[in-house]
Amino acid sequence: MRSEQFDKLLPGIGVLGLILLWYIGYWTRIVDPVLLPSPDAAFIALWKGMSGGRLLHDFFQTVIRTFAAIAVASVVAIPLGIVLGANEKLYRSVEFVVDFFRSTPASALFPLFLVIFGVGDATKIYVASFGAALVILFNVAYGVMNARKTRILAARVMGASRWQVMKDVILMESLPQTFVGLRNGVSLALVIVVVAEMFIGSVDGLGHRVFEAQQLFNMPDMYAAIFAAGALGYGLNIMFLLIEKSFVHWSGK
Amino acid sequence: MTMNAIAPVIGPYRTAFGPDGNPPAHITARGLCKEFQGEVIYDNFNLDIPRGKFVSIFGPNGCGKSTLINMISGLVPVGKGDILFGGKTLADTRIGYVFQNYREALFPWMSAFENIHYALKLRNVADAEARERVKALVARLGVKLDLSRYPYELSGGQQQLVSIMRALIVEPEVLFLDEPFSALDYEMTLFMRDQLQRIFEETGTTTVLVSHDLEEAVYLADYVLLLSRRPGRIADFPMVPLPRPRNDETLSRPDFVDLKRHCLEIFQREVRRP
Repeated sequence: MRSEQFDKLLPGIGVLGLILLWYIGYWTRIVDPVLLPSPDAAFIALWKGMSGGRLLHDFFQTVIRTFAAIAVASVVAIPLGIVLGANEKLYRSVEFVVDFFRSTPASALFPLFLVIFGVGDATKIYVASFGAALVILFNVAYGVMNARKTRILAARVMGASRWQVMKDVILMESLPQTFVGLRNGVSLALVIVVVAEMFIGSVDGLGHRVFEAQQLFNMPDMYAAIFAAGALGYGLNIMFLLIEKSFVHWSGK
Repeated sequence: MTMNAIAPVIGPYRTAFGPDGNPPAHITARGLCKEFQGEVIYDNFNLDIPRGKFVSIFGPNGCGKSTLINMISGLVPVGKGDILFGGKTLADTRIGYVFQNYREALFPWMSAFENIHYALKLRNVADAEARERVKALVARLGVKLDLSRYPYELSGGQQQLVSIMRALIVEPEVLFLDEPFSALDYEMTLFMRDQLQRIFEETGTTTVLVSHDLEEAVYLADYVLLLSRRPGRIADFPMVPLPRPRNDETLSRPDFVDLKRHCLEIFQREVRRP
């Protein structure tokens, strides 16, 4: 019992260790104090920023853009992934294109999207949804293609029509893989949104905050924004994991 | 009709399509041909499966036992030939099918109850009536199972029991089972055999079981269909004249042992054929 309680505290050791290292670096002046403020300065900046300061506003801007991007990506990629997955020949014919652009860093496409959509929110959202959509598409299509043959046969032998097999079996079968795609997609969308916010024409968002703090040499603010971005990424992942667990309870069982 | 019963045996194979005793046929297969990856599995195969009886199919590995019931139940297309169920086509016949791999045959997003209920939903049975019918089946079979659980929360035997109930709920004219107990441990297998026997006695549904276990095949069956090596022929189709319900004592009865030995001889003759 005691050791179990102790085991639960294990993740805290890494956090304490990191803070300790940070303090040692700060006190011994191994790193220039201008570049590395004390942990408390950074956390005070984080606290102030997130309790009603600018940082909170930037945080929400990034959240909104990321959710908008994942929404656009889902609306496009999920139906398309189902259609492609259900027609294996069709999928094979576009597989290379999907894989190629899935492997292309979406940030490399940002200038192109700037030219097409101009400076503004739409560009950031679209470029992020482009990257996320390919990840979701790929996962949905594979989820549909890898639906268990036996389940499809079981439904057919009970008299299910093609449409019923699709809706009641194949779609449900593809859900766990779809959620894997959504989780990877949202992580990617956040990365792209934050990068996009650092570009010219941005006025808010966590990327903008980090970039601006760095330009102004306001290091506590910069670290605060980095931690806020980290917390956002971690939180989004947990959130999607929880949705996944309650939605596709049978996943992996 | 009587011609079949005394049909002469030409070579090692029977020319009669049905089993010994010539009971009235329920399923008739005529002129079945099937090739798979260039191999001839069936070439002009004929078979009569009697109505309201339990038929076990046994034969050498890869002889096409599963292929046969999959063709009859429409899971794989027939190369050539006709299969009729009391003169009706498959489309006009209610069948139940139990897969070997219950883990992949049940729907894990549905509770055990919903899995069984779904078979009725596909037959457009109104929800209230469907629920009543599931409850009635559970009561009739005397199943002690928490049906609100998901399949992955149940043991292997319980999952297969749910599969069997899903197949039975539509009151099928024919029940097919493809090695239904081969993924279960021995204790569970013995238990499930008796469950299946009880279900058969209870419903009297024409039942076709593919088995890789000769003892099980003989123990459960009214007739044992022994298949030859590819291309598939009826090597023998003996009656199992043992009283029901059968139990552990059945296994040591001299007539059971003799019949099992006879089936084993035929099986080994088939396995050793060049």
